[in-house]
Amino acid sequence: MAEKGSYTKRIDGRSFDALRPISAKVGVVPNADGSAMFSQGDTIAIAAVYGPKTLHPKNQQNPEKGVLRVHYNMLSFSVGERIRPGVSRRSQEISQVTEWALTPVVMLEELPGTVIDIHINIIQANAGTRCAGINAAAMALAHAGIPMKEMVSAVAIGKMDQTIVSDVTKEEEDYKEGEAATDIPMAYLSNSKKISLLQLDGRIQAKRLIEALDAGKKACQKIYEIQKKVLKESE
Amino acid sequence: MVHRTMAYKITKKNVNDAINLEKRFDGRGLFDQRPVEIEFGVSNKAEGSVRVRMGKTEVLCGIKMATAEPYTDHEAEGTMMTSVELLPLASPDFEYGAPSIQSVETARIIDRGIRESGFVDFEKLCIKEGEKVWSVFIDLAVINDDGNLIDAGALAAILALMTAKFPVYDEKADKIEFGEFTDKKLPLDKSKLPLTVSFFKSGEKVFIDPTREEEATTKGRLTFEISKPEKDEMINAMQKGGEVTFTTDEIETMIAEATKIFKKLKTLVDESLDKAEKENKKKKD
Repeated sequence: MAEKGSYTKRIDGRSFDALRPISAKVGVVPNADGSAMFSQGDTIAIAAVYGPKTLHPKNQQNPEKGVLRVHYNMLSFSVGERIRPGVSRRSQEISQVTEWALTPVVMLEELPGTVIDIHINIIQANAGTRCAGINAAAMALAHAGIPMKEMVSAVAIGKMDQTIVSDVTKEEEDYKEGEAATDIPMAYLSNSKKISLLQLDGRIQAKRLIEALDAGKKACQKIYEIQKKVLKESE
Repeated sequence: MVHRTMAYKITKKNVNDAINLEKRFDGRGLFDQRPVEIEFGVSNKAEGSVRVRMGKTEVLCGIKMATAEPYTDHEAEGTMMTSVELLPLASPDFEYGAPSIQSVETARIIDRGIRESGFVDFEKLCIKEGEKVWSVFIDLAVINDDGNLIDAGALAAILALMTAKFPVYDEKADKIEFGEFTDKKLPLDKSKLPLTVSFFKSGEKVFIDPTREEEATTKGRLTFEISKPEKDEMINAMQKGGEVTFTTDEIETMIAEATKIFKKLKTLVDESLDKAEKENKKKKD
């Protein structure tokens, strides 16, 4: 797996395709219709689902299908330098791409005129927060009993210089040698084999990108198995 | 996605059918771009400015400069900020008020491509380490939205950057003489020029450069921001938008097309800059 390049060993000693230890749990917010916690290493996300409920104001209702609304938020103390509480341009974008990552699996056509609110909060951050948020949110949707076609699993794939790694940490994101760090958050639908979230920043050749996507699929399948197991055990 | 006018709901099926038959309403093939028109120097107070038309889509970009304190984690680097204004004059779908998510997302995608490619040498925008650096503002204004705003905006942004010149600056007084320009261009590495192409999906077909009507029928897009520092193209940024999903095969097809489109765009940029330079010389002579 290791290509020639400067990144021959991972900073935390994991093998290149290993994920950080994962822990997941549903029902973490009793008031919500569905909720879940998902942690990958030091990154901890909780998600709560409220709905489906009637959408107000009424002019925002869609008579053909329900609406999914995602609110992603990093708690001010979840990172090194304090984040100013409230909405930022970054959090708006992540909320939007998360919504797009989840919408394809939610059977919104069964829920006309309604809204499903998903609130994602990051309690502790060490990279991959949007992916942990998606993993938690997908589980919270299932926990709420929302009709879904399948599960969504997400992971951040990275390329450190020439080496492709799964589930990137903050330290790895800051890697500077050679071609430095490329970060590729993706969400994958394991049953239909489709990608529902794909972002990238850094520098990667076309051929390596396909390799990275394959690594992402494998990692997402592992996450999918954990999500499934936790949901089944909660019944 | 974005609220679109009712008319597009009615024509949606026809537009979709046309794309699936690979016969677009304006006669283009799936990977044909609309004619691009480029005009430099459209606002003389800006440090650099350009008008880009892609078919009937029109975007203005102005570069403004200011001095500022550097970020604490990058004390020897200048800063850059990209913003997009979806002006209500440009479309019945745009409204006044706080920036919409479309505006925020478009700006962030364009910003990411420029930043990640290494096109701008931020260290050369440092005036005094830890104290004073140049801030570059890439301000985009949409004048008419006939689709494909990310690609049009990204093209306008790099063209405006490439023609921008530092304003006259008195370092002691920390005062910029706005409207007076030096001959000094921005520190850009032209070998890392980032170019942007977005693919849109309608049914099972993928195509580029949608009109607003075509865009309204799509479920989503995948944007690539590419540079070619050496012999291989590098993908510097990607973003999937909309409620669409892609298979790896589809992504491979798009990358192959994106490489071809990169070449065309590069030629377009080179030619337009050459032409502008010649016209400038004529003016001086």
